[in-house]
Amino acid sequence: MGLKGNPNLAVYQESMELTGAEIFVRCLRDEGVEFVFGYPGGAVLHIYDALYKQDELKHILVRHEQGAAHAADGYARATGKPGVVLVTSGPGVTNAVTGIATAYMDSIPLVVFSGQVPTHLIGDDAFQEVDAIGITRPCVKHNFLVKDVKDLATTIKKAFYVATTGRPGPVVVDIPKDVTAHKTEYAYPKKVEMRSYTPITQSDPEQIKRAAELLLQAKRPMIYTGGGVILGEASQALTELVRWLGFPCTNTLMGLGAFPATDPLFVGMLGMHGTYEANMAMHECDVLLAVGARFDDRVTGDLDKFCPTARIIHIDIDPSSISKNVPVEVAVIGSADKVLKELIKALKAARKAPDAAALKAWWTKIDAWRARNCLKYEQNGALIKPQFVLEKLYEATGGDAFITSDVGQHQMWAAQFYKFNRPRRWINSGGLGTMGFGLPAAMGVQLAYPDSIVACVTGEASIQMCIQELSTCKQYDLPIKIVNLNNRYMGMVRQWQEFFYQSRYSHSYMDALPDFVKLTESYGHVGMYIDKPADVEGAIKDALKLKDRLVFMDFITDQTENVYPMIAAGKGHHEMHLSTDRELA
Amino acid sequence: MRHIISILLENEAGALSRVAGLFSARGYNIESLTVAPTEDPTLSRMTLVTHGSDEVIDQIIKQLNKLVDVVKLMDLTEGAHIEREMLLIKVRAVGPKRDEAARVAETFRARVLEATDTTYTIELTEVAEKLDAFIQALNGANILEVVRSGAMGIARGEKALRA
Repeated sequence: MGLKGNPNLAVYQESMELTGAEIFVRCLRDEGVEFVFGYPGGAVLHIYDALYKQDELKHILVRHEQGAAHAADGYARATGKPGVVLVTSGPGVTNAVTGIATAYMDSIPLVVFSGQVPTHLIGDDAFQEVDAIGITRPCVKHNFLVKDVKDLATTIKKAFYVATTGRPGPVVVDIPKDVTAHKTEYAYPKKVEMRSYTPITQSDPEQIKRAAELLLQAKRPMIYTGGGVILGEASQALTELVRWLGFPCTNTLMGLGAFPATDPLFVGMLGMHGTYEANMAMHECDVLLAVGARFDDRVTGDLDKFCPTARIIHIDIDPSSISKNVPVEVAVIGSADKVLKELIKALKAARKAPDAAALKAWWTKIDAWRARNCLKYEQNGALIKPQFVLEKLYEATGGDAFITSDVGQHQMWAAQFYKFNRPRRWINSGGLGTMGFGLPAAMGVQLAYPDSIVACVTGEASIQMCIQELSTCKQYDLPIKIVNLNNRYMGMVRQWQEFFYQSRYSHSYMDALPDFVKLTESYGHVGMYIDKPADVEGAIKDALKLKDRLVFMDFITDQTENVYPMIAAGKGHHEMHLSTDRELA
Repeated sequence: MRHIISILLENEAGALSRVAGLFSARGYNIESLTVAPTEDPTLSRMTLVTHGSDEVIDQIIKQLNKLVDVVKLMDLTEGAHIEREMLLIKVRAVGPKRDEAARVAETFRARVLEATDTTYTIELTEVAEKLDAFIQALNGANILEVVRSGAMGIARGEKALRA
């Protein structure tokens, strides 16, 4: 939607006084923002007018503010740059809250601008007034209310600074309408300093030395890494470290892609639906190195049974992550990339190799666990197995696509069966578990990488939570490939009800589903209906050939399939179930 | 264990609610909380009294440090410190109770700030346990109203909490 030749295009001179709305646009431009995901409304009309008069910032009009936050989030996860959101006051910002909380739980840098009623009306229960600062406070890294246009540029700079440094996270900037109308001289600060916010840049070399010593003493080592390695651009350093040591490596759901999944040193994801070998190695290891991971309950299982014999080293940028759930022996505070590079140096300087004989025995044990082939499933019979679809998707895309997902069984299968060799390719809501995330997130990714394959792995329940964004995809010609694993159930809810509620499927059946093919077509896209295993591969290939079209592949899958292996709540890593008919000895 | 945490934070709207919100969201308890601007009007000083195991206190301090509005903090209970709390108490002072209340106040070196025909309003600034003891000693008298400031604290010696 270029505005070239637009007669309204404004020409700014450096010295002139600008309105708050114009300053807003200039700040984003000077910050290097490419896309703003938003939805207009009364309180942001001045800003939208300023957006209309320029053609540098690209505004992406979503169909619901939750979609805006998720799209900006997907953009941030794929690129490493902050995502930018613009919403109006009241319902605009409350609709965005789910997306803000999603980003907060996964430490994603977002800057969310919300309109607010004019300053003189704040507190009067004015039309579309809501206490945006109060509502978002528990799910942001920080938030600001701008009361004076003179503070606007500095506040915007601070917002980007806080969102992107240290442990990243979303920042909300609430801007009353009158502030966007008032004028002041514009100057965008090159940098800001805040006495109350000083992210750690220097790590303790003593702790790094201790970590190196402990790693070299290990007989049964294990490396467990999370989203922090991806956020901290530390994949290369991690890969070098793991390969130099020859230790087994596992990734959390958020950390997939940080270490190449096809490397033999990779033992798969860990945790509730992690691999048997990863979880057993966690249970029996004697030294555990955790990097950029936060010992989440879905990862640890029962804390009393967690890594009973391990001495633990923890590298994290956030001091509050250290010994929060699990006490650790060596803690290194710092950015993953820097610390890992220093750790490699310290290891090499120690002039001592890891214990080769012990390591060999350890790998023999791990390989025996691996030989159980815990992800085994059989594609037989007339019903499509969801795992089969993901294997075919992996093959057809050469493992190089961006995969976004929603939340539930399909998310776990995607994490298990799509082998991510590179960081920032796997984009999912891990912490908050937000259904509806996948499609809008895919929009942000596709905008950032217009020539790459972006697939959204979803289910018929999740996709309906933000289905309206199919319209946005049409407006901006986003050729996302939607892989809908349609089992006519909220699969993960159904699975838990089967296991823990004697198969009482309370409200987990999606009655009255739409015809997704017709629905997709009505939005102007391509729909496909696939209900035979023999058609799966062909359908995916056909969809990928339609390079410039969004294709919605509605795969009718086996309703009874469950995600295995599984650690039930309250169990330890060594107490996994492999499948209904394959229990562990 | 009981801990007294002193916090310097930006004197900005909403800073107090960030601290209070952190405690309620993470299920930490607040025994008392006092806050007022310092000699530098851009900074507020807060004294927060809380209870918890060493692990919980460790997390509380880390989480407080993570709040962007928090400039600096100190766990006063880690070292030698002075603690004071102010009590304002109004008691009914008629008949024999009147003399009794005056005597108790004198014993505790409390000050009678206002005396009417029927009431005494007394001020006592001390450590929390002393205030508890004073209130208990006055029990015979008719207590009409109790106002406590919550504890304030400061480290002994050269140690100081400055931005």
